Amino acid sequence: MSDLVTNFDLSEEQEMIRDTVRQFAREVIAPGAAHADEHKKLNEAAWDGMVELCLPGLPFSEEWGGAGFDNLSYSIAVEEISRVCGSMGLTLAAHVSLGTWPIYAFGSQALKERYLPGLCSGEFMGAYALTEPGAGSDSASTQTTAVLDGDEYIINGAKCFTTNGSYSKCFVITVQTDPELGSKGIMAMVIDRDQPGFIIEPGEEKLGMRGSDWVNLVFQDCRVPKDAVLGEEGEGFATFMKTLEGGRISIAALSLGIAQGALDQALAYSSEREQFGMPLNKHQAVAFKLADMETEIQAARHMVYHASRLKDAGRAYGAAAATAKYFASEVAMRATYEAIQIFGGNGYSREYPVERMYRDAKLCVIGEGTSEVQKIIISRDLLKRFATNNG
Amino acid sequence: MDFALTEEHLMIRDSAREFAERSLRPNAARLDAAEEFPVDAIKEAAEHGFLGLTVPEEYGGAGLGNLHASILLEEINAADPSVGVTISVHMSLFCSMLAKHGTEQQKSKYLPLLASGELIGAYCLTEPNAGSDAAAVITKAVKVDGGYTLTGTKSWVTTGSHAGLFVVYAVTDPDVPKGKGMSAFIVEAAYDGVSAGKKEEKMGLRASSTTEIILDDVFVPEENVVGELNKGFNIALDTLDGGRIGIASQAVGIHRACLEASIKYSSQREQFGKPINRFQAIAFMMADMATDLDAARLLVHKAAWLRDNGLPCTKECSMAKLFASRACNKAAQDAVQIHGGAGYTKEFDVERYFRDARITEIYEGVTDVQRIVISRNL
Repeated sequence: MSDLVTNFDLSEEQEMIRDTVRQFAREVIAPGAAHADEHKKLNEAAWDGMVELCLPGLPFSEEWGGAGFDNLSYSIAVEEISRVCGSMGLTLAAHVSLGTWPIYAFGSQALKERYLPGLCSGEFMGAYALTEPGAGSDSASTQTTAVLDGDEYIINGAKCFTTNGSYSKCFVITVQTDPELGSKGIMAMVIDRDQPGFIIEPGEEKLGMRGSDWVNLVFQDCRVPKDAVLGEEGEGFATFMKTLEGGRISIAALSLGIAQGALDQALAYSSEREQFGMPLNKHQAVAFKLADMETEIQAARHMVYHASRLKDAGRAYGAAAATAKYFASEVAMRATYEAIQIFGGNGYSREYPVERMYRDAKLCVIGEGTSEVQKIIISRDLLKRFATNNG
Repeated sequence: MDFALTEEHLMIRDSAREFAERSLRPNAARLDAAEEFPVDAIKEAAEHGFLGLTVPEEYGGAGLGNLHASILLEEINAADPSVGVTISVHMSLFCSMLAKHGTEQQKSKYLPLLASGELIGAYCLTEPNAGSDAAAVITKAVKVDGGYTLTGTKSWVTTGSHAGLFVVYAVTDPDVPKGKGMSAFIVEAAYDGVSAGKKEEKMGLRASSTTEIILDDVFVPEENVVGELNKGFNIALDTLDGGRIGIASQAVGIHRACLEASIKYSSQREQFGKPINRFQAIAFMMADMATDLDAARLLVHKAAWLRDNGLPCTKECSMAKLFASRACNKAAQDAVQIHGGAGYTKEFDVERYFRDARITEIYEGVTDVQRIVISRNL
């Protein structure tokens, strides 16, 4: 087990995933990335291609129709896709880590049978709804309520920024069963799209990730059978926090891919573009930017792969996921920002992809816990370990 | 040393702010979404006399200087940077250039029309292969009877589709080292052979018009040469000193808008049972933002003051632009961050500020060009 977390080489299987997805991303996803961004429309053909490659079920067991790969392979797949298109990287990350994984990890046999085959095959997407208009970073203050009435819960409330919602059949949501209990009263449920009283509304226009779908959810006396509860009652919040730990690895992988994509673009452009009689990359100011990007990206990659390997090894990965997510997303911001700088005026134009990458990167320092929330997690973990070691 | 603004400065600030809040801010999001040039706003700015602020009084302007312009531009840009850049380029890259370098005939012919807003000025230096290396322009001006014919393509021309006058920098002597044989020409948009080419699709400033300007055998009369023949590059560079005060002022304006939006949102938004401005993570971001804003504004005002007093200011203009543009982008990133998921949507103005801010580190000399200028002046 310890070998798994110290070995820096990729296995043959992981290399195969990397090479396959890289080629697929370049040939199939990249050409449609700008169009999806401009038209605020998911690249459905790209998703179909991902389905053919079995990516929607990549890290899940074959028993449920998954491909049975490890979490590192999945992180690499997200990285390679995000390198050319952040929106499709986010689509896959939200589907796998947030929409599917909690059902896989915490679902009853009945819930698994109902949803996992379709989720793993990519027949429909998964979605996860924690955030509410009044509950962002403070996710424990969930206001959507669930009141037991016979064998059913009656749900009322609203959720926002729910990725993949237009394409999802099942939604993993949090509800409050007893406001007196605070986060202990939070329960997780899986709601079917067709449930009466469940309304899906289009999401707001966004800065970036415009080729990724998001919606707002409204529940009006929506009656849900008791067997829709995910995991144990009263453990809903823990279930969600656990889900976000994995989700953060995927956002870290997404960030890593965007940063690498920005470096790819900056390398190519600075080699072709000449000013002052030589290629841009011959100017120290530009070459050193490239060096900084490369250094930070390598560090981010180590962190993302390390967190993935910890998860694969069955070890605690919450803090590693938070540090990876925090660092990689900030690296993505810096790398895309500097890539635009290297492109100059062209970087500000929609003719070149770095403009989109910068807008996409900003999602990474906000979604699935802002950088500030990551710092809460990291510092708390640090202080806890300090107290343990010095107590 | 006196940091107080004069009554005249305050009057300009107040009237510009009133105009910006009433006529610009309410329309900015719509114009951005529609990529619609702010025709009415520019017209109204002209009625207020803002377009002629730096034009000498004898030519119909207010005869004020760079510091006044900077104060005006901060206010305009805090509401709508697309309008801000249009006015900044008109004012600093055209009107001030002509007032300083033009002949009496050129000034009396064009400045009144520019001051009244009848004609909007634009600046044509950059070409596809002459960006940071601005001396590498290849647009050529060939001597003919009574003037010159200009041929070439200029890129990234602000207000390209709506300008009435262009100052075009073109090569008049190809046999000398680059930059030494360039001249400045006033080119009317109405001249035969002048056309706006491709319109750029930009990340931000989407209501401003940025186009190619194509010059196809355009005859320009002799009397439209600005300054000395073959000394045009010096004019281009001198003009950019003033332009950089304008762009730095724009950065200050966007920066202030980011801070104001952050203060407002963070005092209304509650998480964990209290307004988020009570968390150090948020409060300290705003403390830094406010400190940077003051520093940026002071650098800009100092550069403007130097230029108004005829003192050397090239280094200081670059320093102001370098610092203000970087600080502005940091502020824009943090403003979105403070707004969280909401800031990532178009429901809040910070989403637009984030996109608009990015150009300030690029145009009128990218940051590394400012560093070249500053280091050479040390």
